[in-house]
Amino acid sequence: MSAGMSAGIANVAVKRAEVEDFFFHEAALLDEWRLKEWEALLADDATYFIPPNDDLEGGHRGTLYIISDDRERIRQRIIRVMDPNCHAEFPRSRTCRLISNVRITGVEGDIVHAAANFVCYRYRRYQREFVYVGSYQYALRKTGEGFRIKERRVLLAAHELGQLGSVSFIL
Amino acid sequence: MTGARSFVVDDREKGIFLLDREALVSDEVLRGEMRNIFAKCWIYVGHGSELKKNGDFHTRKVAGRPVIFARDGKGQVRCHLNTCRHRGALVCTERKGNTRRFNCVYHGWIYNNDGSMARVPGDEAYTAAFDQSTFGLKAPAKFESYRDFWFMNLDPDAVSLVDYLGAATEYIDLVVDQSPSSTMEVISGTQEYDVNANWKLMVENSVDDYHLPSTHSTWLNFMANSGVKMEPSKDPALVLPTHGLAIDLGNGHFTTDNVNFRGRPVAAWIPIYGEDAKPEMAAIREELVQRVGPDRAKRICDTNRNLVIFPNLVINDGSSVTIRTFYPDGANKMQVTAWALGPVEESESARARRLDAFLTFYGPGGFATPDDVEALELVQQGLANYTDDRWSEMSRGMGREGEQLNSDEHHLRTFWRHWDKMMTGAQA
Repeated sequence: MSAGMSAGIANVAVKRAEVEDFFFHEAALLDEWRLKEWEALLADDATYFIPPNDDLEGGHRGTLYIISDDRERIRQRIIRVMDPNCHAEFPRSRTCRLISNVRITGVEGDIVHAAANFVCYRYRRYQREFVYVGSYQYALRKTGEGFRIKERRVLLAAHELGQLGSVSFIL
Repeated sequence: MTGARSFVVDDREKGIFLLDREALVSDEVLRGEMRNIFAKCWIYVGHGSELKKNGDFHTRKVAGRPVIFARDGKGQVRCHLNTCRHRGALVCTERKGNTRRFNCVYHGWIYNNDGSMARVPGDEAYTAAFDQSTFGLKAPAKFESYRDFWFMNLDPDAVSLVDYLGAATEYIDLVVDQSPSSTMEVISGTQEYDVNANWKLMVENSVDDYHLPSTHSTWLNFMANSGVKMEPSKDPALVLPTHGLAIDLGNGHFTTDNVNFRGRPVAAWIPIYGEDAKPEMAAIREELVQRVGPDRAKRICDTNRNLVIFPNLVINDGSSVTIRTFYPDGANKMQVTAWALGPVEESESARARRLDAFLTFYGPGGFATPDDVEALELVQQGLANYTDDRWSEMSRGMGREGEQLNSDEHHLRTFWRHWDKMMTGAQA
């Protein structure tokens, strides 16, 4: 990610601690299933991607992803997972995500590129436990009201989803 | 192999079909399946398009067996058992790649990509009785293809693949004919996920249209929210908005054959695809009409079909085309692999539309598959009571004469009858 001018907007100033605070806040909203509040953090052109474990580099238009959502599909996903008839999430998973190794990887105008590692523990009834490990890659738009998520990309570390089964919640 | 008892009650006079739930939980049954089904039937290995260049290979497990699916130096597609002839180690550990040789890391035995032995280090230490040339990688007894779908069979006495597929070839053709050059390709990106349920529950689930309204109401809501009109049918017999059939294709294979209501990349537009897609989709349909005629074009575009090739290959030609296979990892667990399939000449925009349509329904992050996984796992959890609640009820539609409905259980019974016959050794 090259630093520099983009679309005539001077690069915004940004500190790692700001990005870290944002990630921690977002993680709390997701773990607490406050998805309407989470949705408010999304830019109007937000995307949410989970590329396949065996082709992390492939583009979403030519590679079969696990999740490849535009803004409207994210809205629909929230409706779905909040519905008690989303059986994969009823009763809801309890999740706990730990975010670390936060780095700013580039700034282009008002867009801040940032990355972090995560561990997301997901528990369902009867002691079913799933541990998702990987990295987040974000494009954040810095606005007067704080960061808005332009792109949210989740790279899973495992060779295959395997025993994790589904990604039926917002990872 | 004979000796296993029957697990079904099939009373056609009364119209009752029951399955003994022990078939879904027993390790003994699983051992019987490995002998009587997975070592006797044609098992899907891969699609030729995954091996574009000579020397390309993929390693994968097929019915639990590690194999190398490869195109050798002369272009021949092959299936090698991924097991060194010396001590048995995997000779290829990469997921995919291109190579002339497979090298065992343990003692350094080396094989050519056609499976033949290339070199045994220090071969002067062996006696004359050691014939190096006989130590090529083993292959399954048979390895054949139909329209670039490659299958292996461990039984040297098995009938040919084409004879085995029988009437199912018609439904494979309906998928392959979507390509102007009859060349479909597996698209990069593999979905591999486990389901904590017996593998046969995935067979049922893949073709069972009775479960759609209850398991997938959130998907139906998503479709409605996205402007896809789905009026309930006026026919009270229909669970789904449109008419659909369940068809027994013989040899344990079966399919649904439904009037489409959910949109199809080839080529039935729905609002989810966007207004911009309309001209290109009209052109895709027109090409089909010109090439295969209006009746067959209509069949390809306006029906969707979930096909099961016995025992564990599913080709769903629905919201998109998916190849799905799964194999047991114990009686209570299966490992699922799924790919997307598309015409090789598809434009960038049509390919993107196909993949997006795939994700509206299928896969571990799709709007439907996770709920299927949940339903199957709930079945498996509930089956812990099998000794005290012995029978699964599978009689739906048994009294129906003539055409059988997709939302009944005729096709599921087709599977179980064939499975039971193979397990008990009764003559097919």
